[in-house]
Amino acid sequence: MKRLVIKDLEKCVGCGLCMYACSRRNARDPEIGVSKSGILAVSLSGFERGATIIFCRACSEPPCAQVCPTGAMTPRKGGGVFFKEDLCIACGNCMEACTIGAIFRQENGKPAVCVHCGYCANYCPHGVLAYEEVKS
Amino acid sequence: MRSKVLTIDLSRYKYWVEDRKDLFEEYIGGVGVAVQLLKEELENAKGVDPLGEENVIVFSTGPFTPAYPLASKTVALFKSPLTSNLGESHAGGRSAAAIANAGYGAIVIKGRSRKPVYVVVDEDKVHFRDGRVIWSIQDSIVTGRIIAEREKGRGIRTVMRIGGGGLNLVRYACVTTETYRHFGRLGLGAVFGSKNLKALVVMGRKSFKPKDKENFRKVYDEIYDLAVKSDAMKKYHLLGTAVNVLPLNEFGGLPTKNLTEQRFDKAEEISGEALAENNLGRRIACAHCPVACIHIAALREEYETEKYFYKTLMISYDYELIYALGSMLGVGSREGLLKLIHRVEVYGLDAISTGVCLAWATEAYKRGLISKNETLLDLEFGNYENYIKAVDYIVSQPNDFYKALAKGVDEASRIYGGREFAMAFGRNEMPGYNTGYGAYIGYLIGLRHSHLDGAGYSIDQKWKDYSPKELVDELIREEQWRQILSSLVVCFFARGIYKPEIVVKAFKPLGVETDENELREIGKKIYEEKLRLKKKMGFSVEDLQVPERVFEADTPQGKLSRDYVKEALDYYKEIVSKI
Ligand code: SF4
Ligand code: SF4
Ligand code: SF4
Ligand code: SF4
Repeated sequence: MKRLVIKDLEKCVGCGLCMYACSRRNARDPEIGVSKSGILAVSLSGFERGATIIFCRACSEPPCAQVCPTGAMTPRKGGGVFFKEDLCIACGNCMEACTIGAIFRQENGKPAVCVHCGYCANYCPHGVLAYEEVKS
Repeated sequence: MRSKVLTIDLSRYKYWVEDRKDLFEEYIGGVGVAVQLLKEELENAKGVDPLGEENVIVFSTGPFTPAYPLASKTVALFKSPLTSNLGESHAGGRSAAAIANAGYGAIVIKGRSRKPVYVVVDEDKVHFRDGRVIWSIQDSIVTGRIIAEREKGRGIRTVMRIGGGGLNLVRYACVTTETYRHFGRLGLGAVFGSKNLKALVVMGRKSFKPKDKENFRKVYDEIYDLAVKSDAMKKYHLLGTAVNVLPLNEFGGLPTKNLTEQRFDKAEEISGEALAENNLGRRIACAHCPVACIHIAALREEYETEKYFYKTLMISYDYELIYALGSMLGVGSREGLLKLIHRVEVYGLDAISTGVCLAWATEAYKRGLISKNETLLDLEFGNYENYIKAVDYIVSQPNDFYKALAKGVDEASRIYGGREFAMAFGRNEMPGYNTGYGAYIGYLIGLRHSHLDGAGYSIDQKWKDYSPKELVDELIREEQWRQILSSLVVCFFARGIYKPEIVVKAFKPLGVETDENELREIGKKIYEEKLRLKKKMGFSVEDLQVPERVFEADTPQGKLSRDYVKEALDYYKEIVSKI
């Protein structure tokens, strides 16, 4: 199973290119912005401490999916989740359930979450991200 | 495209949003739109007190933010408390992306709050927050951290704030965003201070759609590849702007010790190479920029009282800081330079103006125009410890001398003398290029008041024996194109990527049809509009003065001639009178 993985977090410069890539990912419906981004670049309490990224770590028993009342968020084989936007009622349960805060809010209130497609890894110029085969 | 303008009135604690499609369609965005918004707000532009309630700040982003990489800058326009004329300053960090993602093309701030506040723009809502407790915090880094912890929007917000410089109305105080990026020049920090505005936070997760989806991704990839695979950005990527120190020094273009010298014997010590090898701690990027040119040194400092206890300061450096606080002040100790940069960063001062002010003060002190009664300490080239204390005094202003110095070198030299070596042009302290006619005439006639105006220094480096007229024409031609870049608003370092043909191409998927000629026409129009606004504020070519030192100093073009400069200015005067 291929997944988005962190190669070297210390190299992150906080540019957010990964975020914009994620929003642009859907070829039929690319967005300009960060609304749909399932990945977030943050400074570590100020850029003087450096930067890092937050995205879904692909839990094998995803708490986020467990609290979803509608079946919009379901466990994905090999870890992480599938998200079916049409079923989602934007209750926000999943966002609260994820301990690392890796589910973000889209403009319409529904979640934005990494689905491990790896598109963003092509746009990380600093070797932080990679898309690789991992053992589940 | 984003064409909404948010106006925040601090006097009435009100805000409203208008769609200004008209402006964005005609003037692109960034500086083009900001000039129009400022013009609308400042009816009586000449009479407006830059530190009065009536001054207005416009922040403006461009149509490529955040559609394409490197469109990462925000333009700020205001009436400058340093020059009493148009103030323009650009900053990156997350400012542009945050404003665009909050849904706005521009934000206008007017009025003056009765009590200290900071303002949070969370998409469609604006919150006025009590700023009394944090008002007197002089350290802009601490201010930023406190606000960041109280407010949401981690990763997608900008926190623009002022430090002691802005609080104490130092006329060249800056506004800092994300710690290491600045609206540096011309005193936006003092304007914030005068409005009782400690900080502006902006955040949002709004997005918009390209018109032509497939092409959008294609053009994006083309620009991305140019940025990361071609050599266009390599210079900034590796050593950053500090790469300029050694070549300029060799060339005889590095202003040293208040331009009494043009080469610095300690240039090696403070070069980009030496800083990278010995001090570079990490690099960071502005939002949506693959280059990451922000170089941050890690400086380990032992406690004064205890052995083996260290604090580590992270200090960002750039060419202009190395020039202004290094060679210009004769500071050749890397550690000393970094400490001085750090102090200037903490207070949120413009580093160029601070360095040039202190360089003039040092020479004036040496020549006996001022004494220790004024300076309160010995100012001597190279003595960074005293310069650090002098920076404290510029902010705290314990006497009339420092009160004057906080108003800029032009004002201080008016009172204390030494105008012939007060290195300001149009009341603005000079950037770090003593490269020849292009640079100096550029400082005088540039519309953005920085070395990046008309590329004077790069014209000098490829000098082709221009006549004064040819040079002025060349500077204006380049400056007109740069109005397009600063309307888009792409980072000037990416000007090698955003050539006219790429700009035309990049507009297409966003639904805008244009061509190179049309762009150049708009550039010309914006140039003229800006000049008109400057004239309305009282700008006149006759008032421009050139410090004698310029004609005494050696430049790579030899000694500069007064006649040449006069001819150039006379010709420029003609051009200005027709606009
Ligand atoms: S979103 Fe959070 S909780 Fe859900 S699978 Fe990913 S890491 Fe686990
Ligand atoms: S926000 Fe949507 S996906 Fe998340 S728990 Fe609620 S219904 Fe499920
Ligand atoms: S792997 Fe795909 S879904 Fe996950 S952050 Fe990257 S682009 Fe977005
Ligand atoms: S693209 Fe890479 S370096 Fe930039 S924020 Fe994302 S992970 Fe960090």
